[in-house]
Amino acid sequence: MTQSWQKELIQTLIVAAVLMYLLPFAINTFTLSILLIYGMLGLSLGLIWGFGGILCFGQAAFFGLGAYAYAIAAVNIGESTFPLLFAILVPALFAMLLGAMMFYGRLADVYLGVITLVVTLILFKFINSTAGPAYVIGKARLGGYNGIPGFQTLNVPGRPDDYIWGDAFYYVCFAALVAVYLLVTCLLRSSFGRIAVGIRENDQRMSLMGYDTRARKTVLFAIGAAIAGLAGGLFANWAEIVTPGLFSLGQSAEIIVWCIVGGLGTRLGPILGAAGLAYLKFLLGQQSLIDNTLITGLILVLFVLFLPKGIVPAVVNLWTVSFGRRPKKSQRNMRRARGGHNG
Amino acid sequence: MDFAVVVLVEILYAIASLVLISAGLAVVFGMMKVINLAHGEFMMLGGYVTITAVNSGVNIFIAMLIVAPLVVGLIGLIVERLVIRHLYGRLVDTMLATWGLSLFFIGVATMIFGNTTTGISSPIPGFAIGAYQVNGYNFFIIVVSILLILGVLFVLKSTRLGLIARGAMQRSDMAAALGYSPDKIYMMTFFVGSALSGLAGAVLAPLVGLVPTSGGAFIAKAFITVVAGGPSLVAGLLASSGLFGIVGQVFSFSVSPVMGDVAMLIAAVILLRLLPQGITGRFFKGKL
Repeated sequence: MTQSWQKELIQTLIVAAVLMYLLPFAINTFTLSILLIYGMLGLSLGLIWGFGGILCFGQAAFFGLGAYAYAIAAVNIGESTFPLLFAILVPALFAMLLGAMMFYGRLADVYLGVITLVVTLILFKFINSTAGPAYVIGKARLGGYNGIPGFQTLNVPGRPDDYIWGDAFYYVCFAALVAVYLLVTCLLRSSFGRIAVGIRENDQRMSLMGYDTRARKTVLFAIGAAIAGLAGGLFANWAEIVTPGLFSLGQSAEIIVWCIVGGLGTRLGPILGAAGLAYLKFLLGQQSLIDNTLITGLILVLFVLFLPKGIVPAVVNLWTVSFGRRPKKSQRNMRRARGGHNG
Repeated sequence: MDFAVVVLVEILYAIASLVLISAGLAVVFGMMKVINLAHGEFMMLGGYVTITAVNSGVNIFIAMLIVAPLVVGLIGLIVERLVIRHLYGRLVDTMLATWGLSLFFIGVATMIFGNTTTGISSPIPGFAIGAYQVNGYNFFIIVVSILLILGVLFVLKSTRLGLIARGAMQRSDMAAALGYSPDKIYMMTFFVGSALSGLAGAVLAPLVGLVPTSGGAFIAKAFITVVAGGPSLVAGLLASSGLFGIVGQVFSFSVSPVMGDVAMLIAAVILLRLLPQGITGRFFKGKL
């Protein structure tokens, strides 16, 4: 067990290092940074939906909360280390409260969807209406529809004048994504992760076996929100402005599309789906023949109809069908290795 | 006194517009257990159809009450045949697919009509109650939604079609055994649901400036109203529209319109936490 973990750790790190070096030759680092951030956001929903079975229609709420928490804290503190921590903690706490309310109320599927959707809308409407001077947190004006511009962006911890931007910011994003990825891997290998998958498969059975499924779902939900919040904090640094649009339904929809397209129940799927689709959108944004939203919608419909498991599991299936005559154990390792090379 | 009348009218109007917004979704959800997240876009399309028809010389009431429901109903029919019928029984998948459809329709509308606000003027003039000016069109909406509810009740209770539909809703296998194809019933239901959405969008079109993304404003309200209403179609719709309409308007008047919306959404969250099966899951059981 520990040996295979070490092997995977080393593989992941090597592949990540190679990619980190090679990718800037293909795409500029400014675009790459946002793709990485979206990848992290995709992974956050991929974790709670793909492994926890919690379909959250409001992952954008945590993303937006993270971004706003960062921006507000950065304006007040004028240094970026603590604000980034806030970007993780605020959404996590919020998700813990929301999750506790939902899971201890034994709400499931549609109702979960309604509540997360509604909460996102509440935040969106509220932030949109905070244009007046009355809405101030410390030194930061919430700014309503205009958002918050001009806050301190990422700097070397402890030295507010050494900004991290451009290429350096890309490396920070990459490192953060790899760290989050490894953290998720670690989590899923732990007993907590296995039980989470068990709850996804059969909630009632797991609770009859003596696990407190409500508490576990709440914690998983909060972890997902923390990751989304970190992505939000990094996004605030990338965009250098936060606007209420972060909370929009369109943003939530996009995260769900990434997960569906990439593949649920995998770790790489949502990351690849997010980065791939965001890049596609970026390319499509440069032409005006076909509307962007139309294509996003079409992709979602077609995937739900024809490939509901997403690309990564489909490719894995194809791989096992083509090269399938191996003992079960090594087949599993092949999957991971293949996933690594692909990513 | 005048103020009280105005508030009363506004509350009635809020309830009526919630009924109108949610009716299409309620029919589809109540009968088929399909959550149609493209509902808002069906309404948006209804609005655009009305505006296009009016601009090409059709009488506004004919455009709103006949043309728009028919056109949107047909669009719904196509959508049902192409997408939704493959997904019956998979609640989450239908939600995702219809969400995709909603984005698709936004894209289509943007390409055809452009990303600008269009609108038509209200055909009914306003009038004064004491010192306050009231929009006469509000009364039209109240009348339309009362007729709508009565119509749905009549069809479900007093016609053979309604009997078959209710039968298929309760036990689709038994309805099939008696010779009624559930496939056809679902198809018809979805047509009716989409037509109702189109009607709602058309009737509300003179009140709002229409943009391709207008649907998003409706879907959340419709969604919470229907889900909070619970299993009974008409009773649930009326109960939750009444509740949310009152909560929303009281907070709009006492704080601000934005807070009215927020209060409505918070009320929905609390309600679902307390009554996870919706209002009619606990009260008015067995009613239509």
